[in-house]
Amino acid sequence: MNLLRIALKSARFRRTSLLLTVFSIAISVTLLLGVDKVRKETKTSFLNTVSQTDLIVGARSGPTNLLLYSVFRIGNATNNVTWETYETIAAQDEIAWTVPISLGDSHRGFRVMGTTTDYFDYYRYGDKRPLAFDVGQQFDEVYDTVLGADVASSLGYEVGDEVILSHGLVSADFADHDDKPFTVVGILDRTGTPVDRTVHVSLAGIEAIHIDWQGGGRSGVTLDAEQALKFDLTPTSITAFMVGLENRALTFRVQREVNDYQGEPMSAIIPGATLADFWRTISAVEQVLFVISGFVLVAGLLGMLTTILSTLNERRREIAVLRAIGARAAHVVLLIVLETLLVVVAGCIVGVAMLYGLLAIGRPIVTRRFGVDLAMSWLDPTQLLIMAGVIVGAVLVGLIPGFVAYRRSIQDGLDVRI
Amino acid sequence: MVTEDRPVVSLERVRFRWPGQESDTVAIEELHLNAGEHLFVRGASGSGKTTLLNLLAGVHTPTSGEIRLLGTDLATLSPSQRDRFRADHLGVVFQQFNLLPYLTTLENVTLSCAFSSRKTDRASNSTGVAATARSLLKALNLADDLHTAPVATLSVGQQQRVAVARALIGSPEIVIADEPTSALDADNRDRFLSLLFQEVEAQRCTLIFVSHDPELANRFARSIELAEAGGELERES
Repeated sequence: MNLLRIALKSARFRRTSLLLTVFSIAISVTLLLGVDKVRKETKTSFLNTVSQTDLIVGARSGPTNLLLYSVFRIGNATNNVTWETYETIAAQDEIAWTVPISLGDSHRGFRVMGTTTDYFDYYRYGDKRPLAFDVGQQFDEVYDTVLGADVASSLGYEVGDEVILSHGLVSADFADHDDKPFTVVGILDRTGTPVDRTVHVSLAGIEAIHIDWQGGGRSGVTLDAEQALKFDLTPTSITAFMVGLENRALTFRVQREVNDYQGEPMSAIIPGATLADFWRTISAVEQVLFVISGFVLVAGLLGMLTTILSTLNERRREIAVLRAIGARAAHVVLLIVLETLLVVVAGCIVGVAMLYGLLAIGRPIVTRRFGVDLAMSWLDPTQLLIMAGVIVGAVLVGLIPGFVAYRRSIQDGLDVRI
Repeated sequence: MVTEDRPVVSLERVRFRWPGQESDTVAIEELHLNAGEHLFVRGASGSGKTTLLNLLAGVHTPTSGEIRLLGTDLATLSPSQRDRFRADHLGVVFQQFNLLPYLTTLENVTLSCAFSSRKTDRASNSTGVAATARSLLKALNLADDLHTAPVATLSVGQQQRVAVARALIGSPEIVIADEPTSALDADNRDRFLSLLFQEVEAQRCTLIFVSHDPELANRFARSIELAEAGGELERES
């Protein structure tokens, strides 16, 4: 009979108190791995808010600002890009596709984005996922609109409903484009990206509602929806445009060409890189979470230390018997360390099981509410490293009661009379 | 190995004093035991009986003097070498609670071999460790159905006999028993002693038996008495 079997049988004999310890270790492990999982998935989801888009071009500004307004619909562009410039650049050989976007209006707190139907064909998010329609289809007529999932669900819109856009970002009666209502023709599937909070219309639609406006207000002449259609609704300018290249290797060259464009001052950003920069500035929260779950683990290990130290008293006779049979100091220490190892390995197994259980239950909810897909993947190297760290930590912690047990056994001698 | 003429156990001017105490807990001028001899050590509580056993087992080291077992001076061994020596050459029976509650009777007996390859070799010479353990248990009047039973279901008398089987498996040269009968009633005690002697003699072990009970002395060929508070050893015969 080897020491491991003795440790196993002894632990099974005292399972009630040890099971509680296993459970507390399991909770720490679940928390630690869970935080790590959510952190990574959130980061991946964030970094893939836009994917497959090689460049985003807007009027000259800082990269973060351009990213914020073009992708997250936060803040405003300082300037526009003229339609001529857009067409010139879009016509270049290196460029595979472009999706123009025109921002500036809103609908009950949600941003309105004018674009072309190319948007539905080329825009990708997450792991190269295209936009999909929950109901309806792409816009076709000037006064058609396609709503993001959040817009539709929080305002209760269905296909066929009428939507009144507002000029600017603040909803105010005097600034409504109430003379040119839009009809909902499609609602997109949830993406977990700012697309969900966007009202999509055609560029022509944006032109049409502003045709009788000058600057920030209505001009003297008013044209109704039908009349507006008779005009040329090609925009004179757009806010920004997304670019897909024929060859990704050309990214930096095209970026430089745009930045150096003589016609007007523009900036081109690589969305992935700018997203990563931006993530770094907002990732302090994840660090804090990680530190907190680290402390939970330390508390779990200390709890285990307390439990195992307290069992030493009832194990004095057991250890005296083993010493009498010839167990050496190393055996006694090892016996206790093996027990902590058993507890913590069991804790890790239960913890991982709980993690996957929670993932199985929570995954659909998280995807629905936050658009973050918590994939049921195997533990990655970091997570395995975390668990290895937990186990090594437990062995080190186990050395403490191990040595206490040995010192006591020296004092006790062979015959313990309690 | 032991030669017949060399004493198996040999103590000379052994003194043991706990740190901070005024007098010696154990003080033995001279004691020699040959192979197969049985010694009864009588002493009231507090006379240092258990300390003496811890000294003999190499768990404690004497403050002064020399303890030789099988010709080996225990003081020349490191603590872990003494542990090994104990595993290989000694068998120990306590007053009670000898057994690990989470093992079966048989596992408790074979446990002795877990820390000693010498005992394993000697116990498995023909039939294997488990078979040797079974025949020892049977010789000690423990029926087959008790062998796989959890030890908690055994009576105190049965448990003490299991402890004897554990002490004897692998034929150690020296068996130390510390008040093994104090938890038994008179009938059980006598039967226990008979079985103990029978098996110890069968294996030609040297037995050191410690008790406060003077009645037991007449069953031993040699006996000594530890004086109260460690004083000088009184010799009887």
